[in-house]
Amino acid sequence: MKFAVATTSALEALFSNPMRSLLTMLGIIIGVASVMVMMSIGEGAKAQIDAQIASVGTNLLTVNPGGIQRGGRNQGGGSARPFSESDVTAIADLPFVEAATGVLNGSATAVSEDTNWVTQIQGGSADYFTVNNWPVVEGREFTEQETQSGSAVVVIGKTTAANLFPNGNALGQRIRINSVPVEIIGILESKGAGGGPMGMDRDDTIVGPLTMVRNRIVGGNKWVSRHVSRIQFLVQDGYDITQAQDEVSQLMRERRRIEPGAADNFNIFNLADMIKQRSAAMDTMSMLLAFTAAVSLIVGGVGVMNIMLVSVTERTREIGLRMAIGARGGDILIQFLFEAVALCTMGGLIGMAIGWVGAFAAAQLGKWPMAVSPVIIGTALGAAAFVGLVFGFFPARRAAQLDPIQALR
Amino acid sequence: MTTASAMNADKPLISCRNLTKVYRMGDQEVHALAGVTMDIHAGEFVAIMGPSGSGKSSLMNLIGALDRPTSGEMWINGRALSEMSRDDLADLRNETIGFVFQQFNLLSRQDALANVKLPLRYAREEVPDPEARAKECLELVGLGTRMDHRPMQLSGGQQQRVAIARALVNRPRIVLADEPTGALDTKTTAEIMALLTDLNKQGITVILITHEPEVAHYATRQIHFRDGSIESDSAHPDLRRAIGV
Repeated sequence: MKFAVATTSALEALFSNPMRSLLTMLGIIIGVASVMVMMSIGEGAKAQIDAQIASVGTNLLTVNPGGIQRGGRNQGGGSARPFSESDVTAIADLPFVEAATGVLNGSATAVSEDTNWVTQIQGGSADYFTVNNWPVVEGREFTEQETQSGSAVVVIGKTTAANLFPNGNALGQRIRINSVPVEIIGILESKGAGGGPMGMDRDDTIVGPLTMVRNRIVGGNKWVSRHVSRIQFLVQDGYDITQAQDEVSQLMRERRRIEPGAADNFNIFNLADMIKQRSAAMDTMSMLLAFTAAVSLIVGGVGVMNIMLVSVTERTREIGLRMAIGARGGDILIQFLFEAVALCTMGGLIGMAIGWVGAFAAAQLGKWPMAVSPVIIGTALGAAAFVGLVFGFFPARRAAQLDPIQALR
Repeated sequence: MTTASAMNADKPLISCRNLTKVYRMGDQEVHALAGVTMDIHAGEFVAIMGPSGSGKSSLMNLIGALDRPTSGEMWINGRALSEMSRDDLADLRNETIGFVFQQFNLLSRQDALANVKLPLRYAREEVPDPEARAKECLELVGLGTRMDHRPMQLSGGQQQRVAIARALVNRPRIVLADEPTGALDTKTTAEIMALLTDLNKQGITVILITHEPEVAHYATRQIHFRDGSIESDSAHPDLRRAIGV
């Protein structure tokens, strides 16, 4: 039996009763649409997470001071003694560390000639940009020398620049931060709105040389000289991150003189890990949608089976005739199987059109790129055709096993 | 004598030996055929007659390779049906037998040409130009100008002509017509019977199932059935002796 002929006659049968065909397809349509939306959400969210991980770097580790116990109560993260620049140097000297920077955080009120803007300021070394995978797109980074000497220069993010200088031309301007005059020497590349790991706008920031930020803006710490809020460092490619974490942990315990057996008063934190954990929540949602899709495909399949059984009964005489003129059971089987598959594939195509709209809506809502890959289309259509094959088989076999005499009567 | 020996030398096209067919209806057994023995030779025009329930339809089903006997053996074109699978029987029907039914059994969604082409779709050996073959058959039955008509757009006689064209398209050796004129008026009946007579003259064996004597008269041999057995057979006496009836 020629497949082209079988396809044609299957489509004819389908269009001879369009309303019934459409209603039969409904379950498949819903099923395929949900497969599309589900997969597109999965891929879109994954793409977004991958982009976030790429923007923070997979090799980036951050050491934060931990909480301390006081009066039986944990004082919370950051309440322990801060690190100092000598801790940064000790970490930077480890063989597997590619680059390291201390970071000092503070809040900043920046004033330009036109306006003012409340944002945050970070002090870092010249390696800050390498460690954070965050290049300057206009102007230049500050140098190691400027870091040491505490030059009054800053690099600012896109959002801050736009707010301080609504008319553009932020580069080269002088602003005052908490009353300290500084010169803007560079603009940072945009990380994208909401591109931060916590959903905050990472572009709303000012980065200045560590010494300048400490001495003139944030102020010193009365316990630790040359203190930093946290240490960020990059682990060399190919070096095991967990291993690096352990070694740095050991080093910091020694430097902070923690007794064996006592708890760490700092923590080492892998941003990429955290983002991945957050994506697990997305997986749960995907699973739920996959379940919905599977259920509606099965329900749709049962509908198709039902209608195919009706069709076989209605066309018993036709089947008898085809057998009388020489159709084998297998020919009849293929004919009805093709009809079921054609019905489901057609439903699949309609479902895909609807799913496309759904995927687009989901992408808008979730603010991730619309992802409808050939794999998604293939899977959705394949699933529909597979349902047709599985649920069409029983009616088709029943047709094929008809006794020609009974069928012709 | 010469005729009889010539006939004996030829193998019969259809051969039946002690065919019985028993149907089970509830807990009752219905003996539709009670030991039928007969031969039909190539080129014959046979009318099988009898009242309803006489077993002629059961015999037609067996001759058409649509059914198997309860006991006895039959051969079509030299092949024993008892040794053939379901698929073999389908192939035999496709290659050797053309069916003509009382209710025409055309596919209403398709035009005359597509209906005639249908058996070619199931041919095990690909036919070089199915379109041309089907057109040729439609022209043969006088419907060359109505190929694109659907059954609904054709008269009863024309529909039956389409059905005959369909029966001929695989160039069968046997045309099996089951009450082909049962749904037609007298004038159309005469036309259809003339067509079947024509086909027979071209060498096709025609087997006609009917209960109308006027229709049966077109045949060269009449076999009457009653209660599942042959009541009378107008075959050449030598032939009847040869098969021991």
